[in-house]
Amino acid sequence: MAGLEDLYREIILDHYRNPRNRGELEVPPAVQAVGFNPLCGDEVIVYLEVRDGVIAEVSTSGQGCSISQSSASMMSTAVKGRTVAEVRRLVRAFKHMMSIHGTGIGGTGDDLDDEGGNGNGHGDVKLGDLEALQGVVKFPVRIKCATLSWNTLVQALDETFA
Amino acid sequence: MSAGGSDRFGAGTKAQFPLLERQVHGRPIVYLDSAASSQKPRSVLDAMNSYYETINANVHRGAYEIAAQATEAMEGARAEVARFVNAPSPDEIVFTKNVTEAINLVARAWGGANLGPGDAVVITEMEHHANIVPWHIMSAEKGFELRWVGVGADGQLDLSNLDRLLDGAKLLGVTAMSNVLGTLNPIRRLAEAAHDAGALILVDAAQYVPHLPTDVQALGADFLGFTGHKMCGPTGIGVLWARAELLEAMPPFLGGGEMILDVRKDGFLPNHIPHKFEAGTPPIAEIVGLGAAVRYLDGLGMDQVREHEVSLTAYALRTLEERYGSDLAVHGPAEPACRGGVLSMSFRDIHPHDLSQVLDDRGVCVRAGHHCAKPLMRHLGVPATARASLYVYNDTSDVDALADALGVAGDFFSR
Repeated sequence: MAGLEDLYREIILDHYRNPRNRGELEVPPAVQAVGFNPLCGDEVIVYLEVRDGVIAEVSTSGQGCSISQSSASMMSTAVKGRTVAEVRRLVRAFKHMMSIHGTGIGGTGDDLDDEGGNGNGHGDVKLGDLEALQGVVKFPVRIKCATLSWNTLVQALDETFA
Repeated sequence: MSAGGSDRFGAGTKAQFPLLERQVHGRPIVYLDSAASSQKPRSVLDAMNSYYETINANVHRGAYEIAAQATEAMEGARAEVARFVNAPSPDEIVFTKNVTEAINLVARAWGGANLGPGDAVVITEMEHHANIVPWHIMSAEKGFELRWVGVGADGQLDLSNLDRLLDGAKLLGVTAMSNVLGTLNPIRRLAEAAHDAGALILVDAAQYVPHLPTDVQALGADFLGFTGHKMCGPTGIGVLWARAELLEAMPPFLGGGEMILDVRKDGFLPNHIPHKFEAGTPPIAEIVGLGAAVRYLDGLGMDQVREHEVSLTAYALRTLEERYGSDLAVHGPAEPACRGGVLSMSFRDIHPHDLSQVLDDRGVCVRAGHHCAKPLMRHLGVPATARASLYVYNDTSDVDALADALGVAGDFFSR
């Protein structure tokens, strides 16, 4: 049985209490994307500025539960300074980890399989601290909280290259 | 005798609900989400099983024995439901899927025939989406105006400009009890104001009929909807009660079998009420279950149910205030006699989803979210609340378990 400690890892609570890269960026040069979780009213706003193919600046704002807000904070630290290509790989690996399929619990995952087709979806992407969020998968109703900021990041990337 | 009321409630009633015997996460279940859906007593489950095991057949028109018995069981339940809300006739009881369908029926059938440009429908800021969205849809189609009664800081409707809002309106749609605030609205007074203005009144009684003695005639209502699964009955069965002459004058809602007297290549003749509004094979077992639920509640006595809930709500408000003071806000009226047992809580700065997660770990079932009342949430200035709601099987031990679990959540997030 999944315990609360699986969900609320210390590093998650730390990001919730002390969010990194919190705030707004000037638009433009940054782009802004807004993500909603209609189930609970959570809202994440991602500001993104890409320079020379690298995530030069990223920040998040919004309101929501500890999982959605800490995931946004962890996302921002994970992508800042990385190339867009690296970030897209990271997004795929993260979403694969957050799918029920990805952790072998059962059920069907969505179309998150790595393009390399190596089966585990991660390729050689290192998730690092983000692996703390893996426990959320044991609480299926909370998965959308953890993936909200990542989906919003993808919106911001799409906006950037639209 | 505990603060939770007589022995007929709490522990005495818990034993009649099989689900309440189970454990979650290794602890006895503390079910505090009856405003979303109540649990079902053994008698309701038995009635539905017995229907399937002994008289299952399609209703009406069957000449054989069990078809006649199925029809009798269904129409008997209709009569019991009519009596339960003091409807003048069982013909005024239209079976629907739920309150949502009941309101959509009124919006489509009555609204489609009676509303147009220059007309207005008045609803309130504390409505459930079920009494908002059908009017949005019809307003876009028919071009009438949608007007809103506001909510005051005390969690009561702001009726200061009611006469102006009702001027020229054709319908007032209002909840009898807020599913978020617990506010009991003055339906009788609102009905008189609506009628004085030449408007009809539609009452969303989803949270009212399960908890208070209901007399549709004394309330002065024209349309009133309620649902089985919040009143010890099964899901999939709701009721629209309406005055017979309104139902007679309304065009049908869904077309199909059962709702016709005759069908020709050039048209059809609708059936008499209530069958005119009941196209297709009805949910017979669910109707039988609703009849059993009504008998169960009658056995408890609705006056006693209300008394139990006022007493338990008072205990809950007092306990939470004593334990958590200003750290915990319960939205809605402070006086237990003016409200139902619906406690929408904001606790410190803990997000309702996180709060309900920790409560769940202790076996305490509460609902976190916007409770299908987003306009009200915006008015309250909160994205969501954690809502605990009380019913016949709850007692002071459940309230104590909630208070203890809140303490655990507080400690957990202040680590």
